[in-house]
Amino acid sequence: MCLAVPGKVESIDFPFAIVDFNGTKKKVRIDLLDDLKVGDYVLVHVGFAIQKMDEEDVKELEEIWKQVLETEQ
Amino acid sequence: MAELSVKEKIKGIAEKIRKEMEGEREIRIMHLCGTHEDTITRFNLRSLLPPNLKLLSGPGCPVCIIPDSDLQMVFHLIQNANIIFTTFGDMARVPFEGKSLFYYKSKGHDIRIVYSIFDAVEIAKNSDKPVVHFGIGFETTMPSTALAILDGVENFTVFSSHRYFIPAMEYLLSLGEAKIDGFINPGHVSTIVGVKAYEHIKNRYWVPQVIAGFEPEDVMLAVYQLVKAIKNGDSALINEYSRAVKYEGNLKAQQVMDEVFEKEDWEWRGLGVVPNSGGAIKDKYQDYDAMKVFEDVFKDFELKEDTRKKACRCGEVLRGLITPSDCPLFMKACTPKDPIGPCMVSFEGTCNIWAKYGGY
Repeated sequence: MCLAVPGKVESIDFPFAIVDFNGTKKKVRIDLLDDLKVGDYVLVHVGFAIQKMDEEDVKELEEIWKQVLETEQ
Repeated sequence: MAELSVKEKIKGIAEKIRKEMEGEREIRIMHLCGTHEDTITRFNLRSLLPPNLKLLSGPGCPVCIIPDSDLQMVFHLIQNANIIFTTFGDMARVPFEGKSLFYYKSKGHDIRIVYSIFDAVEIAKNSDKPVVHFGIGFETTMPSTALAILDGVENFTVFSSHRYFIPAMEYLLSLGEAKIDGFINPGHVSTIVGVKAYEHIKNRYWVPQVIAGFEPEDVMLAVYQLVKAIKNGDSALINEYSRAVKYEGNLKAQQVMDEVFEKEDWEWRGLGVVPNSGGAIKDKYQDYDAMKVFEDVFKDFELKEDTRKKACRCGEVLRGLITPSDCPLFMKACTPKDPIGPCMVSFEGTCNIWAKYGGY
């Protein structure tokens, strides 16, 4: 139920957007998010974009991994 | 240096966890999301953990925790009112006395499976009949129901079986029976409520929590971080799923949810009545509340007990007290093809996931 799938915003016609999930395109509601742009990645749950995915934070997590595996003993 | 591969991450972290757990007392970590159970079982992560580290599954399946009383009311409504009833597919197979929404559909009742609540709203816009949608789900799903209600389509109502998840975490801790040392918090509930929603649990119960994503390496990293925190006695609240979860959560979603719903003391399967956990539709929106709109239909409604479920131990599975294979019905009388309890029905139910991937 709480399954959410990330996809890329392809076009916007507020309050809807076409989101591309690796080739499968679907119309989703985007009015739970502010300032969404074409090209943003969003998490979609039951037809709603519930959060923007942040690329910076993905990099941050990668840093945590390096710290955990390489420096912490 | 180059990015680490998933294999390197998992191998490395499993080794670190093993080292941390050498000579330790038993540590019990509970996850709270069906999708986490899916990751853990599908990738057999439990086999990578030492025997003194237990990974329990909690009440993180919205379909599973809906009590039979809600289900009976819905079945009563379908049989006694001339409506179109819409539901998510996962809910349509949950039986009461062996009969599910699919059964009633086969008997000619107008029951339709939808992917999104807006499919239900569209059905209402194009029909003269009243459309009732089965509102299920935790904070992840409630904002979508709230928006649908706020759209104000006249013949559209919601039968709310929504539950707030955070009160259930607190309730589980207050029961004390599952002896939980740490939580892997649900990733997608957290996208809505934010890290801030767990501060209260951190301050009051001093139980470490990690908000984790759904890849196997996410779960393993969360387990490692929890083991470290538990050993050090830290009441950590770590957001490992920061690519989707912000400290404040999704404020817009919280706002629409607060506008439409209010918290009431509602029953959960397995947990009983959990204070402030029910997503009741506010009086101000009672024209969209199926409980109010069809009040007359519910007048002669009487609760019954499902004798078939007497031996079903779904409730204890949801509380993290037993695993599916401890239930006498599991894969004998109760299978994914002919499920008795909801833990075997839902794709997020622990019994269903164990049945699917084997290894029990």
